[in-house]
This record gives sequence, C-alpha cells and structure tokens, in this order.
Amino acid sequence: MTSSPSTKQRRRGELGPVARVGTHVTLTVASLIALFPIVWLVYLSLGPDKDDYLHPGGIFAKATLDNYSFVLTNTAFFNWLWSTLVVAGGTTLFGVMSAATTGYAVSRMRFPGHRPLMWVLLLTQAFPIAVLIVPMYEIFSQLRLVDSHLGLILVNCTTIVPYCSWLLKGYFDTIPVELDEAGMIDGLTPFGTFWRLILPLARPGLAVAAFYAFITAFAEVAFASTFLLDDSKYTFAVGLQSFVSEHDAQWNLMAATAVLIAIPVTIFFYLVQRHVVTGLTAGGVKG
Amino acid sequence: MTLTAPAPAAETPRSRRRAPRPVQRLRDSYSRYWYAYAMVAPVVIVLGVLVGYPLLRGFYLTLTDANSLNSARTIGVNTIDATYKFIGLDNYAEILWGPAAYDRFWSHFVWTIVWTVTCVLLHYAIGLGLAMLLNQRLRGRVAYRLLLILPWAVPTFVTVFAWRIMLADAGVINSMLDTIGLASPSWLEDPTWQRTAAIMVNTWCGVPFMMLSLLGGLQSIDENLYEAAEIDGANAWQRFRHVTLPGLSSVSSTVVLLGVIWTFNQFAIIFLLFGNTAPDAQILVTWAYRLGFGQQPRDFAMSAAYGVLLLAILIVFTSFYYRWLKRNDQLA
Repeated sequence: MTSSPSTKQRRRGELGPVARVGTHVTLTVASLIALFPIVWLVYLSLGPDKDDYLHPGGIFAKATLDNYSFVLTNTAFFNWLWSTLVVAGGTTLFGVMSAATTGYAVSRMRFPGHRPLMWVLLLTQAFPIAVLIVPMYEIFSQLRLVDSHLGLILVNCTTIVPYCSWLLKGYFDTIPVELDEAGMIDGLTPFGTFWRLILPLARPGLAVAAFYAFITAFAEVAFASTFLLDDSKYTFAVGLQSFVSEHDAQWNLMAATAVLIAIPVTIFFYLVQRHVVTGLTAGGVKG
Repeated sequence: MTLTAPAPAAETPRSRRRAPRPVQRLRDSYSRYWYAYAMVAPVVIVLGVLVGYPLLRGFYLTLTDANSLNSARTIGVNTIDATYKFIGLDNYAEILWGPAAYDRFWSHFVWTIVWTVTCVLLHYAIGLGLAMLLNQRLRGRVAYRLLLILPWAVPTFVTVFAWRIMLADAGVINSMLDTIGLASPSWLEDPTWQRTAAIMVNTWCGVPFMMLSLLGGLQSIDENLYEAAEIDGANAWQRFRHVTLPGLSSVSSTVVLLGVIWTFNQFAIIFLLFGNTAPDAQILVTWAYRLGFGQQPRDFAMSAAYGVLLLAILIVFTSFYYRWLKRNDQLA
C-alpha cells in the first residue's frame, strides 16, 4: 500500500500498469468506505417509518420527503439553527481576533514570557474536558451563565484560542519580518503594522483559523450537552441527541435532521478546504 | 498557572548582564514591550479566568467530598449553601487503590491506553498510505481527495449517529456480514465489540486529518532528494525509509502528538455512540464525565479527581515525548 512504485526506466511519479490499477482499486475502496455512512444516512432519511432502518430494502419503494417537512415544521429545528449560529459565530469572532493578536505578538516580539505563554497554550490544548467541566459548571451556575449562549461561547474559546494562536503564529512566521521593519520605518506603530500590513497578508491563515473555530464550536458536544438545558436553546449537537432518547428512538427524523445539518456545513467545508490544507501544513511545519 | 505566563520570568542573557534592580527591570520591560503585552492580554485574561481559575477550583474540589447533594444550589427561591467538607487526598487514594480501584479506574485506564495507541497507529498508517497514493501523478486525484476527506467534512456528531444506525443489531453492517456468511456481532452491546466499534468509528473519523497533513508534508519534500537516492541505487523501501520518513518527521511529530492528545481526550464519539450504556467501553474522559453528570447524585469531587489524574497523565506523556523528540533531533 505504501510502496512507491516508480522504477528506473520510468520517469519519477509515473506508474506502471499494475501499480496504477492497484492504486485506483485501493483509493476507490477507501473512498467508498468514506462515503458509505453518509450515503446510507441520506437514504434512511427518506424512509417514513422510524423502524425503516431495519428493512432498508423497503425504503426504495416508499421514499418520501415527509421526514424533512416534519422536522422543519414540527420541531425546534430553527431555534437550534439560530443557537448554533450564535454560538459558532461568536466563538469564531472573539476566538480568532484574540488568537491573531497573540500569535502575532509571539511571532514577532521577543518579550519576556513569550515562551512560557506558548507552552501554556499548548498545554491548554491538552486539557481533558473532564478537568474543567465540573468547576466550570459550578462557577457558571453562580454567575448564572448556565443555559446561556454567552457562557458556551466563552467555554468554546478556551479550546479554540490555544490552537488558533499556534496556527496563526506559524502563519505569521512565514511572512517576512522585513515587511514589519518597512512598516516601522514608514512610521507605523506596532499595532498599525499588525493591522494594516500583516493582517491582510495573513488572510489565508485567518480563514483557516476562523474555519477551524467555526467548525469546532459548531460540532462541540460535551460542553453544549452539559451547559444547555432549555430545549429551545440547544445547538444542533445537543438537539440531534434528543431524537434518540432511551424511551423513543425516531431514527428517521434524526436522519433527516442530520442531513439538513450536514449539507451546508459540508459545502462550506469543501469551499474552504484548500486553505485548510495550506494552513495546517504551515502550522504543522512551523509549529 | 496561566496568570503567571507573561511575568518577566524568562531572563534573557542581555538583561542579566545589565542586572538592574528587579523592579527597574520590570518597568523597563513593560515600557519596551507594553504593546506585546497588550496584544496577548485578551488571551491571557480569558484563559486565566476560564482555565486557570477553574483548574485551581477543580483541584480544590478533588480534596472535598462535593456532590450534587451538598453543593450550593438554588431550588425555586431557596438558596442552599454548600455543606461539603475537606477530606484531603482520600478521593485519589480511593481511585488508585481503593476497593473498587480495578473496576472503576485501572480497567478504564488500560482500555484508554489501548484505545489511544490503536487509534493513533491506525490513523497514521492509513493516513500515510493514502497520502502516498494521492501524492502521485494520477487521474482523478482531486476527486479521490475530495471523497476521502468527507468523514472530516461532515460533523462528527452527525456521522456517529450514522454509524450507530449501521451498527445496530439488524443494521446494514450485520446484514452485510450475514450475506457473506460471517457471524454478526452485537456491536453496541457486547463489551469487546463495543470497543472494536469505537475504534472503528474513530479511525474512520480521524484518518482524513492525518492524510491531509501528511500529504502536505509529502509535497514539501524536495523531488531532487528522490532522484539523488535513485541514482545512488536506493530501492523503493530504502527511499521510503531514508527520504520520505525523515522528510515527514517535523509534520509527523506534530500530528502524532496532536493525535495522541485528541484521541486520549476524545469525548464525542464514545459519548454519542453508546449514550449512557456501555460502562466497559468508556475511556477515562467519558467515565469521568459520567461520574460528574451522568448519574444521580452527581459526584463532582470524584469527577474532578479523574480530570486531574488525566491531566497528569497527559503532562507526563507530553514532556517525555518532547524530550524524546529533542534527543532524536540532536542525533540527526
């Protein structure tokens, strides 16, 4: 699987016929495995009955969009959508802005304490949610932040900011320092250099960080499940669970909701994925 | 600990040479670096308040017998004050060598290690394999890549439910196994199969990230190195061993560390795949969560103590990992 099949006669990177077929077969099988659960979910979402997943063959004959119209009209779907957008958007905005200034400061200024700061950020990345969730719950219930979106945004920032700071530091490191010096000579303050010169150049890096923050906050399960109590304030990650309680498993509705959630996110993901790879590699190589 | 981060603790050689009085030095560094501190301030404050303080508070809770019955709470208009008391290190003693230590901690500890190692190995091996296949001149490369990152593109909390339907007793996976004449295990009920299912789902979810990171790494390796190796008569395996792997080392060390940490702390997959069933398939993180939030009365102190132990394990691992990396760097 990992063999590099070029031989001396061929140009590098060109494959012999056997290796080419093998590569295509392997990649096709892998792609099918990657694709299948999603396709299956879409297919099941068309079955009108909650036990249809046990008799998938029957769905084909009676496929209907009823589950979708039921979810859109009779559940809290739009409340969940709004909550999710508020939480994910708020986290992205605040998280990326503060991560950008931190990443820049650490990348450019050798101030005392920059090394320990990055270490602490790396360490925070490693915190198991179990360490923080109990005391956070206690503190938040005193501050009346339980069951509020603001509380969840703040909590999400604790996981997003450390990673984004590292990622953006890696990105800023790839921008030549000479630019900063030129900015200084032209009379810009450090803030001005950051805001007017570096930030626009770092747009791809910022996009990756924003994307990461949005997706992470969007899909966050543990904190949202713990801190959101009111059914109408649920994010999608919590709302989806409510279809499958211990008493009643409405798999068909769950599948339809899941598809509705997944479509926009997946499209969004594909639109920006090229930047993600560039950003991840820049962060990975330099970080 | 977070709050101490920007303190001028790290002395640079230059400041030591000048050696002014500490207060003067602090003032100097402030006037020279005030903009740097202003830029890191939001992060430091947020992390200090939301990570540093809860961490200390959580650590204190582990030294008490706090649970949902004796913590401060509000019922209607009545506010009940906390009545839990300080019990020292009893919680840790109970977890590590109490009467139920094996059932409650060590069995989960061993399973967590197995889970982490297996998942990261699978992620890395499959991710590297696919990345190398994709890093060739190949028709349909872009299409393959787009399909292969699908498990990463769709939110985990959606795909886990897809897996849950597929793994159900009469679900599609068992039907397929039936068709080809294999036994159909009860994936979501039998402890061993629960664990297998968890590893399977996590592998499926985690490969795309590894694949893309390693693909980026592969593309940054200089083509000339391969040519030089070929001229020197290196075969495919030798080129892989002596050009590809060293070329990937910096990306690898980062993604493996991240992979270990993320897998060790992986909450969503196990939590959503099994809900409140499957006590045997819980890794330490989900087990700790269960103690604190998934049972009545909620055992806050125990849950926090598990959290502290988890953090300790990760810190020890990370520092060894870094030491090991550094030693390797010096050898190379």
